[in-house]
Amino acid sequence: MTNNIYQFFFIYLYSIITLFLLAVIGDFVSISIFLSKNIFIYKNIFLYCFLYAVCFFSIRIIITNQFSNIFIFIISLALSYFFLINKEINTYQLLIIISVFIAFNLLLQKYFTAKNFSNFLFEVSFLKFLKTNSLIFFSFIIIFPFYLMFVSSLKSQMVLLQNPTDLSIPFFYSISDFFSSYIAVITQYNFLNFALNSTIVSFVTVFVSLFFSIPGAYAVARLRFAGRSKISSSILIIYMVPAIVLVIPLYVIFSQLGFRNSLLSLMIVYPATTIPVALYMLQGYFKGIPYELEESALIDGCSRIGVILRITLPLSVPAILSVSLYVFMIAWNEFLFAFMFLDNQEYFTIPRGLYTQLDDQEVPRQYLMAGSVMITVPVLLLFFLFERYLVGGLTAGSVKG
Amino acid sequence: MFNLNKEAKLAYTMLIPTISIVFLIILFPIFGNFWLSFKEVKLGDLRAPQPIIKEKLKTKDIGPGDDILIEYRFKNSSQKKPIFNIEITDKISEFISPVEIAEGCSVNNNLLSCYFEEWKPKYNEKIIFKFKANDNFEIDNFNPKESKPSGGADGDNILTNLKFSLKNFQKILQKNETIENIKVTFLYSFFATIGALLLGISAALLLEKNFLGKGFFRGLFLFPFVSPVIAVAFTWVYILDPFKGFLNNYLLNNEFISEPIFFLGLKKVDFLGFDFPFTLFIVILFESWRYFPLAFLFILARLQAIPKDLYEASDIDGATRIQQFFYITLPQLLGVISLLFILRFIWNFNKFEDIFLLTGGNAGTRTLTVQVYDEAFALSNMGTASSVAVIIFILLAIFVFIHQKIAPKDIEE
Repeated sequence: MTNNIYQFFFIYLYSIITLFLLAVIGDFVSISIFLSKNIFIYKNIFLYCFLYAVCFFSIRIIITNQFSNIFIFIISLALSYFFLINKEINTYQLLIIISVFIAFNLLLQKYFTAKNFSNFLFEVSFLKFLKTNSLIFFSFIIIFPFYLMFVSSLKSQMVLLQNPTDLSIPFFYSISDFFSSYIAVITQYNFLNFALNSTIVSFVTVFVSLFFSIPGAYAVARLRFAGRSKISSSILIIYMVPAIVLVIPLYVIFSQLGFRNSLLSLMIVYPATTIPVALYMLQGYFKGIPYELEESALIDGCSRIGVILRITLPLSVPAILSVSLYVFMIAWNEFLFAFMFLDNQEYFTIPRGLYTQLDDQEVPRQYLMAGSVMITVPVLLLFFLFERYLVGGLTAGSVKG
Repeated sequence: MFNLNKEAKLAYTMLIPTISIVFLIILFPIFGNFWLSFKEVKLGDLRAPQPIIKEKLKTKDIGPGDDILIEYRFKNSSQKKPIFNIEITDKISEFISPVEIAEGCSVNNNLLSCYFEEWKPKYNEKIIFKFKANDNFEIDNFNPKESKPSGGADGDNILTNLKFSLKNFQKILQKNETIENIKVTFLYSFFATIGALLLGISAALLLEKNFLGKGFFRGLFLFPFVSPVIAVAFTWVYILDPFKGFLNNYLLNNEFISEPIFFLGLKKVDFLGFDFPFTLFIVILFESWRYFPLAFLFILARLQAIPKDLYEASDIDGATRIQQFFYITLPQLLGVISLLFILRFIWNFNKFEDIFLLTGGNAGTRTLTVQVYDEAFALSNMGTASSVAVIIFILLAIFVFIHQKIAPKDIEE
């Protein structure tokens, strides 16, 4: 009996969290579908949770015939009846609540049927709840900012100001209205130029970085020479040197040499900061290639360079791909150096351009969001196309933050 | 088996370009930072003092044989430092010849060249040069501004001279702000790391078992980390905006709050009797949100490497899931968690963009990295900026040292 009361309140508390989460998400969904300003689900949250606990236990009582629980059941029913008076629930809300009940009861069905609802089963069912809820919670906190960024970029200034909580995608707009912010950002704010600069800098960074790190990584991974262990251990330390420590002296030096305000300055700095990580990732991979392959080629009279070109490189295409993607992403997303070095609009990369041109109280927010979407989409596309390689790259080189 | 010497030689040739570029762009600037931190360099000092020369035609309606007056204006660009050994050259028109020119100047082959020993700071003189139009003078082809005068001089360059002082450090350490900033930096790095780790562990536990759609969720969970910081930071700023933002309007519409909350502009909130740094908390939330994917990836990889027999054995012994987590999973993860903790701590310590884009360092979120930027570009003082960077570097060196002690030798795997 006491055990049951304890479980009841545990589930009661827990379902508060569950339903609150679902209510908020359901609310956001309804904002985006029904254009309503507010739904007030959570105002009755405690009631719903109570109802939920009642359902849970009523089903248990029916299935397991434990009539000792009828006491709790009657109290719950009375209390929820008391709560239900003077409350209005619209069909939509009812739908959400019922579907939630059904979903969770389905999940728990196999535990209901157990004759003895032990602590162990209780814990398992509880963890199952937790898992489902957390998945929803995580997906929500990740998707929501991106969704809002996307939706806001499609709205007109007036709609945004009138109803900032409107999350619907304006399908009823004509095509030119639909993409008007994008068109404005491209035509008025010189965005294509920024994109071109970013692309050039990123590709150059990838190529230069690979060009220097492949031989270096091979030397560290395969060749025996004095100081090898020192070099491989210092790579990571060099990698932890923060950009902010480098930026002031580099600013001074580049100013003196006269090419600070140019793409060249970025093309020098970006590869230098990515070479250590590229080298680190590649040497790890090179070490994993069976040495017998190279050895037999060497015995057959192939030179070292020949071995690298004919055996090592073809075998490490996945690693090179993941390094390239990782380096590309770093260069594409980089803000600090571009922000400090570039003054001239003509040389702005996208992050720099976004910061100066669009992050202004006078520039409509939807333009800023449209710019943000345009800088994010290429990265996410690449990420989805090559996820497998990229995840490998991230784990190997994720010391960088 | 193979010639060791030859191999070593090849290795060095392969490594030298890489090492030299890293040396030039990473190690040399670190040295440069220390160098600058002992010098009182202002942003304006980056341009070395140099002579500025301008010319202006003073006579109008010139015909052959007339006198032509050209005014040269000589100026020292620096307000504080003299320049020495000034040499000026200017190409003058072939249609004119000199009559009266300043001391130290001579004309040779249509080339005016002048030499001055020293110009004092703020030196600014107008000197009139008198020329005479030759007989073949053509007004249409005469344009004294056609060629720009050029000049060079020796000046005392503050960047390269050997005068050092400790004034930058004095200035920085005397500011009350600095101690506050160090405190904020530690708070921020510590709690953002903890937040990212907690979220990362939970996310990894969620995706531990195989289920339909696991790959999708794994990809989704990495979104905040792979997206450009500028885009996600702007989106957060927009969501949290007090007037136009989604969150405030949502809360207002539902009458949770009666007036907008300045999420990114509230330095302190009274919370149960002590000052709660609200905006710092929001920034920490952002940071945890953005960097949990990294912890998630590492911990997931480690989770899947835990031997399954451990769980089976404990099942037989009757351990509950929660007991399994605390007695098997957590101890197995401890290594990777401590490693991640120190790595994330170091990287949060280094972070500049995230805070700068969210709050610009206002409302009690000024970390040391933002201070570097402020000193350098808001206060135009490169010297003090470098000295803050040096403080960051020294603190970091300590962390990296700890990391080297903690990290297992085989972290490459």
